[in-house]
Amino acid sequence: MLIITCPWCGARPEVEFRYGGEAHIARPADPSALTDQEWADFLYNRTNPKGLHAERWRHIHGCGRYFNALRDTVSDFFVTTYKAGEPRPDVEGSGS
Amino acid sequence: MVESPSVTMPLAPANPLTASPLTALAAVARDVASARLVALGDAARLVFRGREAAVGPAGEAFGVALPREACRFNAAGGRFAFWLGPDEWLLLVPDAEAAPLFGAIEAATTGLPHALVDVSARSVGIEVAGEKAAFVLNQGNPLDLSLAAFPVGMCTRTVFHKAEIVLVRHAPDVFHIDVWRSFAPYVWELLEDARRELA
Repeated sequence: MLIITCPWCGARPEVEFRYGGEAHIARPADPSALTDQEWADFLYNRTNPKGLHAERWRHIHGCGRYFNALRDTVSDFFVTTYKAGEPRPDVEGSGS
Repeated sequence: MVESPSVTMPLAPANPLTASPLTALAAVARDVASARLVALGDAARLVFRGREAAVGPAGEAFGVALPREACRFNAAGGRFAFWLGPDEWLLLVPDAEAAPLFGAIEAATTGLPHALVDVSARSVGIEVAGEKAAFVLNQGNPLDLSLAAFPVGMCTRTVFHKAEIVLVRHAPDVFHIDVWRSFAPYVWELLEDARRELA
């Protein structure tokens, strides 16, 4: 079982968490001004990187809070977690 | 598994809306000294959520300061304030009416952004006590329940098998579970299953 570190509660088992998709995607301020392609990019198109991925997680069976995590999509290793609203940490490499 | 209504339902509940769903199960519970199961009685339960400004007044009105440290609870005079999230607390008073507590907290936080909800009937309490209590809980919960990782005074929302619970450690060998009432027979019977090997 993966151990995920909630920024509030500390290290917790994976079953207490739910995945929330890619992080740092801001809703456009004026959707009606966008082209169809730009709107589709916001709604559907994700970076899907091989390596470090910033993504949202929710500690749903814990404190209930959303937070962000940097996870290596190759090794499934959680490099770091940080609170929602904080910028993506400048972390290099993958850890494994 | 087909649930047998004759086993899980109280025989003659006075009020089916408020009767404990554990009455019949507790009546036939095996007496295991190393992991006792007790169905706890009624309690007033309030969920308080609020912004910073409302937290202090709410604690003063309740009589117990709301803990600011993650996963800890404060207790005084038979009242408990459990930290559930950075802006969420469960306020619990055994054998009490919720209405006066509700009124007092609501009066103290008027005009301050907050939410206060009476959830007294939502959940029921189960006590797991004895030297094997942590062992029994670990059959359905993956947390490290050693005293170093889960000390006395800690509380947290977590899972027991597939049910969400609030788990509280009142003493090294005494845990309380707060679980939504429709999940209570499920949790109780899996606790029973977990202590089958214990004498």
